[in-house]
Amino acid sequence: MLTLQCPYCGVHAEETELHAEGEAHLKRFGPGSADEDFEGYLFMRENPKGVHFERWRHSNGCGKFFLAARCTMTLQVFGTYSAQTLEPPQDIKDKITATYPGWSWREFS
Amino acid sequence: MSKAVSALQGASFEGFAKVEETGLRGMITLRGDLASAEMAAAVKAATGADMPALRKVVTGDKGAVAWMSPDELLVVVDYATVNNTVAVLTEALSGVHALVANVSDARAVYRVSGEHSPDVLAKLAPVDFGKDAFGAGDIRRSRFAQVPAAVWGNADGSFEVICFRSVAQYVFDLLKVSAEKGGEVGFH
Amino acid sequence: MSTRLSTGGRLLNRSKQVKFTFNGKQMTGYAGDTLASALLANDQMLMGRSFKYHRPRGVVASGAEEPNALVNLGQGGKFEPNQRATTTELFDGLSATSQNHWPSLEMDIGVVNNYAARFLPAGFYYKTFMAPAAAWKHVFEPIVRQSAGLGKAPKDRDADRYEHFYAFFDVVVVGGGIAGLQAAKAAADSGAKVLLMEQTAHWGGRAAVDGGTVDGRDVADYIDATVAALEAMDNVTLRNRMMGAGVYDHGYVLGYERLTDHAPLTDGPRHRLWRIRAKQIVTATGAIERPLSFAGNDIPGVMLASALRDYVVNFGVSSGDRTVVVTNNDDAYRTAIALKKAGLDVPAVIDARPLGGGKLMDEAKALGIRVEIGKGIAKVQGGKRVVGVAICTQEGEGAALEEISCDAVAMSGGWSPVVHLWSHCGGKLIWDETQAHFRPDADRAPTSHDGKPFVATAGSASGPLGLAEILENAHAAGVAAAAATGFDGGAAEAPKGETTAEAAMQAVWLMPQGAGPKLRMKAWLDYQNDVKVSDVRLAAQEGYESVEHTKRYTTLGMATDQGKLSNINGLAVLSDALNQPIPATGTTTFRPPYTPISMGAIAGEARDEVFQPIRRTTIHDWHEANEAFFEPVGHWRRPYCFPRKGETHADAVTREIRQTRDSVGLLDASTLGKIIVKGPDAGKFLDMLYTNMMSTLKPGKCRYGLMCNENGFLIDDGVVARIDEDTYLCHTTTGGAERIHGWMEDWLQCEWWDMKVFTANVTEQYAQIAVVGPNARKVIEKLGGDMDVSKEGLAFMEWKDGKIGEFDARAYRISFSGELSYEIAVPASQGRAFWDALLEAGKEFNIMPYGTEALHVMRAEKGFIMIGDETDGTVIPQDLNMQWAISKKKEDFLGKRAQTRDHMASEDRWKLAGFETVDGSVIPDGAYIVGTGTNANNQRNVQGRVTSTYYSPTLDRGIAMGLIHGGMKRLGDVVEFNKVDGTTVQAKVVDPVFYDKDGEKQNV
Repeated sequence: MLTLQCPYCGVHAEETELHAEGEAHLKRFGPGSADEDFEGYLFMRENPKGVHFERWRHSNGCGKFFLAARCTMTLQVFGTYSAQTLEPPQDIKDKITATYPGWSWREFS
Repeated sequence: MSKAVSALQGASFEGFAKVEETGLRGMITLRGDLASAEMAAAVKAATGADMPALRKVVTGDKGAVAWMSPDELLVVVDYATVNNTVAVLTEALSGVHALVANVSDARAVYRVSGEHSPDVLAKLAPVDFGKDAFGAGDIRRSRFAQVPAAVWGNADGSFEVICFRSVAQYVFDLLKVSAEKGGEVGFH
Repeated sequence: MSTRLSTGGRLLNRSKQVKFTFNGKQMTGYAGDTLASALLANDQMLMGRSFKYHRPRGVVASGAEEPNALVNLGQGGKFEPNQRATTTELFDGLSATSQNHWPSLEMDIGVVNNYAARFLPAGFYYKTFMAPAAAWKHVFEPIVRQSAGLGKAPKDRDADRYEHFYAFFDVVVVGGGIAGLQAAKAAADSGAKVLLMEQTAHWGGRAAVDGGTVDGRDVADYIDATVAALEAMDNVTLRNRMMGAGVYDHGYVLGYERLTDHAPLTDGPRHRLWRIRAKQIVTATGAIERPLSFAGNDIPGVMLASALRDYVVNFGVSSGDRTVVVTNNDDAYRTAIALKKAGLDVPAVIDARPLGGGKLMDEAKALGIRVEIGKGIAKVQGGKRVVGVAICTQEGEGAALEEISCDAVAMSGGWSPVVHLWSHCGGKLIWDETQAHFRPDADRAPTSHDGKPFVATAGSASGPLGLAEILENAHAAGVAAAAATGFDGGAAEAPKGETTAEAAMQAVWLMPQGAGPKLRMKAWLDYQNDVKVSDVRLAAQEGYESVEHTKRYTTLGMATDQGKLSNINGLAVLSDALNQPIPATGTTTFRPPYTPISMGAIAGEARDEVFQPIRRTTIHDWHEANEAFFEPVGHWRRPYCFPRKGETHADAVTREIRQTRDSVGLLDASTLGKIIVKGPDAGKFLDMLYTNMMSTLKPGKCRYGLMCNENGFLIDDGVVARIDEDTYLCHTTTGGAERIHGWMEDWLQCEWWDMKVFTANVTEQYAQIAVVGPNARKVIEKLGGDMDVSKEGLAFMEWKDGKIGEFDARAYRISFSGELSYEIAVPASQGRAFWDALLEAGKEFNIMPYGTEALHVMRAEKGFIMIGDETDGTVIPQDLNMQWAISKKKEDFLGKRAQTRDHMASEDRWKLAGFETVDGSVIPDGAYIVGTGTNANNQRNVQGRVTSTYYSPTLDRGIAMGLIHGGMKRLGDVVEFNKVDGTTVQAKVVDPVFYDKDGEKQNV
């Protein structure tokens, strides 16, 4: 059972305090968008064995949504960060590189 | 307001620790920019307390204020004066983007006291209640068994647990079964 | 025979006799006994029957690894099957029965399986039950059901209680033997917060039995001194009778504490499951001795050499008068020496090694014990008890050289470290050729959230070692664990251990080496599951090359002991059969728990009143006192109806509806979600959330709204009230309050974080009561107060704050029934008083409460949809003809884009219509509207389904809503709904508004 540190309240929360909220950094496509873009937004998800970016909510806690970068295989957590972010912070990307040189995930690397 | 009653009307239980429903308590959810001068002034005016730091509770002469999230506080006052406090806060924050909501009736509050009261709490919440990790002036939002709850430490070594009113009985029963004699852990 | 010796027994309190029963027979033991030692003391070597062949079985081991001595313990609410006699502490009044036999342990009919053994080889089930199909139901299943299952399932409710406990440590040490003690001491001396747990009631493990010195003192003194030192330290928690059940991700450890198993009359929980977070974990879990595979090695009286020694030294119990020791290592000589010194006869030590052993062998010889080197056991003689052994050369095929009469055999095939906890979370193993075992590979430890190792091993869990190395290894592990948590220095030097040096062991996987098929068929690997050398060889021959497949095919290493004794021997046999080195075969996966833990411990406190949270409104007590029939709605309990004496539920619902439609009824609507949305951008935000326009709503007004997800599907609905310029109050469904609040926060925090909006879920701040019916206004007016609730004063779809009677109230003029209706919110703490006041005021109108079923029927009579009935997660508002609630002016709202997808805009979607059966009957719940022809699966085609169907007391007939291909275009068609009995019922497609189509009644 994994633990993640909530970047908002600082608590090292175990999974029972948290709620998984799916993939991070999705770009919303609304009315007028092309079918392919909308399909990608609505349905297409990464399912990597390795580095992944996710949304979590500290639901039994401060209630905030946050983002996490972790390895789905080893459960190593590279960092958690603000949900009000369009891409992973550089220090977290550096940490991932230290473990997985040459990694990439969607448009990030 | 003579007809106002708390969820369990003062139920209590004495095991290896004591569990009591504290009765009605004035509680106000306050959301806004915690770093703003207006917010600090409003909190001061309402409670006499300074702005609490991360996961802390500060007590003033008129009430206490607890850090709930980066943009949320819980103001705790006497039930009898809560409408007045709502008015004070609303007035102090007029013109500022903030939310003041009276949630006094949406909660139940329990005091857990006695030397080994942390052992009662540690049976229910995935929280480190060790002396060096949690004490007077600390607040933690977590879950108690299957429901969300918050707990803070009082200066006298007792703890107060707040939960939603609809699950008041469940949380009381949880605390009761956890405090039953024979269930001493002797850890904290 | 096995018996109690007149002296010895370091764990016994001989001054305290304990009475117990086994299969109803009265027996006595001493305080400090385990059930196994007490049974042996009473000459009860036969303790159970094996699972498959029902062969007689005696105890083999002395600890958690025991596969045979499984008993049913206790009676009634304290009954529990499959309890290991070796780990059951004896207490006064203990009652145990043996398992897997009928009619008795001594005389078991199931033993015919034994004689049929050669027809029950590995994979028997898979091979036999293939065909014919009818044979399964009538022949195999009844037989399997009769004989399957280990022990009996308890029939009574568990009389005990259980609990969880969350605890946090820097270093958790699992295992309280000398390694665990030393590792804990080293970590604690460094300043770390340490937990040391031990599964038995005693500290020190088997060191005191095996002997040796530490810093020149007896090892027992070292144990006592270290325990005392640890007990005196504030940063150390010592817990015995607590097993490390499992190690999980990110330092999560389960500690299974057995509080009252040894004293069942004590108050308090029986088991406590410690849910621990440790920064570092040290597993000092010791090692387990392996059996040797020779013919008849399962006959009662054949035991692990270490177990025989334990029974003599710890409990003063001899397992036999004459014990032959058979070994491939030096350690077993300790047993020969211990037995001899206890005055027992050791006719011979059979040492399979061609060169024999070292100093311990010499010591045994000096005591006059005969030692045969290069020899093995050809077979054990005996049925329910060993009577002798035939010995042979280890290198031969089993020709008997000599028969030695004896009543016990002490076997030792070497030692395997207990690697379970190391492996649970991914720790890897390496094959150690010299010790012939898998041991933890310290370079490939399990890693935690930071990518760094968080589990280490100490002592013989690292690979069996001598006392000196154990202490050194454990000390280093403790120091390293503390250092990894930030506590450096403080630990003294490791103490120096000394014990007799041992000569090298030699792997022996089959005895004798050239044993033929006949002997292999009697050489057991897994006692609990009756798996023999021949079964594993057969599996290999049939192509089961993977160890995981072989495990499942043969059942090797399954069930309660999970192969603690059998794994390595089985792997070795499989490797041999596959002609590959053992590391190439590998091990099966080690999964928690280490030994079975009780279901009660897993459930913890969650039973009886705290099994599940029940949410209660402030009026719940009244409902209960008035015998409401409740239905669960989420965790809430809502009254379904309020049946009176002699009424069926249907009668009650009909009465409640008629009363409400004719006069006035009350509904406890407190459970409806209430969320405040406030801020300069609140209107803009709600315009995105709801399909209709909320920003144009005027303060003081209410508007019904729909919410969709990004798939376009309906997720919730409710009435929104605009409180002031930048404040809205959104009502949600009862089940939707937390979900919709989370949904709002999600969009505010993760997508539109520039919007200035705050939300607060104030659902429980208010008790909300609907006063419904033509006399509703009169009731409210009767209460007095300053609120004008007249048609003009509070018009339909308006709200108002004020006093009703003496209550601070907010009244919403909204209706979900079609009647004149006020939903009135008061502070929750006054909810019950307000309810009572309404009942009192409404007396002259015969006021009565109605439940959720009346609510449902009345809304269906009005054609109002219900989230969860008309919607199921695949329905869009357009399907429900709710275009009127979808703004065409808004550029965007959640779900808008999806609703333009081809399939969503298709004319072929099933759409809402009303239905009236031709005969007036009620369409069954869940019925489909049948079509013509069949689909590819030969199922009848369907063209729609019912979503809500009720008996309408108002119309005295069945009414329904449903989704049908073509929707309202089908008006007037007569269609057929299927029924459970295979027939259909005809219904006409009609307008879904059955009652008061013009809405005159709610607008008076």
